[in-house]
Amino acid sequence: MASVSVCQYRPGGFSFENCKRNALLEADINKLGFSSPAARKTGTTICGVVYKDGVVLGADTRATEGMVVADKNCSKIHYISPNIYCCGAGTAADTEMTTQIISSNLELHSLSTGRLPRVTTANRMLKQMLFRYQGYIGAALVLGGVDCNGPHLYSIYPHGSTDKLPYVTMGSGSLAAMAVFEDRYRPNMEEEEAKRLVRDAIAAGIFNDLGSGSNIDLCVITKGNVDYLRPHDMANKKGVRTGSYRYKHGTTGVLTKAVTPLNLEVVEESVQTMDTS
Amino acid sequence: MSEELFPEPEWLSEEVKTGTTIIAVTFDGGVVLGSDSRVSAGESVVNRVMNKLSPLHDKIYCALSGSAADAQTIAEIVNYQLDVHSYLSPMSYDPLVCSAATLVKNISYKYKEELSAHLIVAGWDRKKGGQVYATLNGLLSRQPFAIGGSGSFYINGFVDAEYRKNMTKRESQEFVVNALTLAMGRDGSSGGVAYVVTIDKDGAEEKCVLGNELPKFFDE
Repeated sequence: MASVSVCQYRPGGFSFENCKRNALLEADINKLGFSSPAARKTGTTICGVVYKDGVVLGADTRATEGMVVADKNCSKIHYISPNIYCCGAGTAADTEMTTQIISSNLELHSLSTGRLPRVTTANRMLKQMLFRYQGYIGAALVLGGVDCNGPHLYSIYPHGSTDKLPYVTMGSGSLAAMAVFEDRYRPNMEEEEAKRLVRDAIAAGIFNDLGSGSNIDLCVITKGNVDYLRPHDMANKKGVRTGSYRYKHGTTGVLTKAVTPLNLEVVEESVQTMDTS
Repeated sequence: MSEELFPEPEWLSEEVKTGTTIIAVTFDGGVVLGSDSRVSAGESVVNRVMNKLSPLHDKIYCALSGSAADAQTIAEIVNYQLDVHSYLSPMSYDPLVCSAATLVKNISYKYKEELSAHLIVAGWDRKKGGQVYATLNGLLSRQPFAIGGSGSFYINGFVDAEYRKNMTKRESQEFVVNALTLAMGRDGSSGGVAYVVTIDKDGAEEKCVLGNELPKFFDE
């Protein structure tokens, strides 16, 4: 039952095939008075960094449905436990439900042990669940938190492999964000520097990747405290209209006015009481 | 049609693989394991400092290659099984390397069709000293040395020519580092730093050789 398929080799770098056609189209469209369509964005940028006192997680806020933005301000940083938060990239439903299931299991586990849950426990639970579903749950996660052993940061892939690193990025904008991290990351940064670094990394993903958009959310987790900054930076504010289309009173001159009253008779009247108890 | 306008980068949905070079060598009195540190998803490197030498017990390590999720999961399961094995049957000595390798082989064989990971198990026990076991595809084969991963194809000739029986610990470590350097130099999916673990009767010693400390070969 072999199927014949032609594999097209896709060369790397830019493809300039459509440039001529686009130039012709743009000229035609401009002649008619319209403007050419703007590029649309899809995807996600999430990242995390370990600094001196804890962990900073960052995410953009755009959710897309194919070619349309479904939510301009969705929350991608999910609660797992009071000291652990998780950013999710990939299928939105999968990340949402996976983090909720593990959050629930972790709370039961924490009640059973009587201790604050550890980040490595959450990591184990997530990776075992994702491995069980062999990659069909499309959830790529950045898990971060502070527990009794200090700050920890994990990246978890849909097939169930995990990496424990000082800085991680995920999503379609991850390469842009990683470029910023690789340039400016230092061990044991101060909180303001770490927040600035994460903010810049997410901004790199938003502006350089046909991937992410809207605002930047941050979550700063330290021992005993969580700062959920939503939004931390409104990188893409909706512009203010410079003019109004409403016309002033008196713009159109009135030539004649004719008033015709309509004589209406009451034919029938019925009252129906409503039960509002 | 809309998918072709903005094609999703392939590495987003690619499985994460440890396209790798791993090697384990016995010497007189123990074993030396070595690995590179690159983890790739498609054409993108997702982790450039991953330690692929995973401890199964105090003096038994395994080297991971193939699919990252499968290899990590097998190593964690066998780690757990060996812990249970040590508690349930209290022995005065540590578990045998052969037991660890058999546990790995059992999983690799039973789930042969579903898994795509190759683990090399190596360690020291007091019965047979330093041992190296290859568990590719569910076979269990004790060998004086074993190589694995995508980078191993480039160094088959080198290890066959350069390996000698009864090398000293020093010589084995150099042999491992040289082999890793040569493979990383030719294989696109191997790179980063070299992790080396030496196991003998006194325990396991982990070392990381950074990129600029690796030996230089003919490079023009």
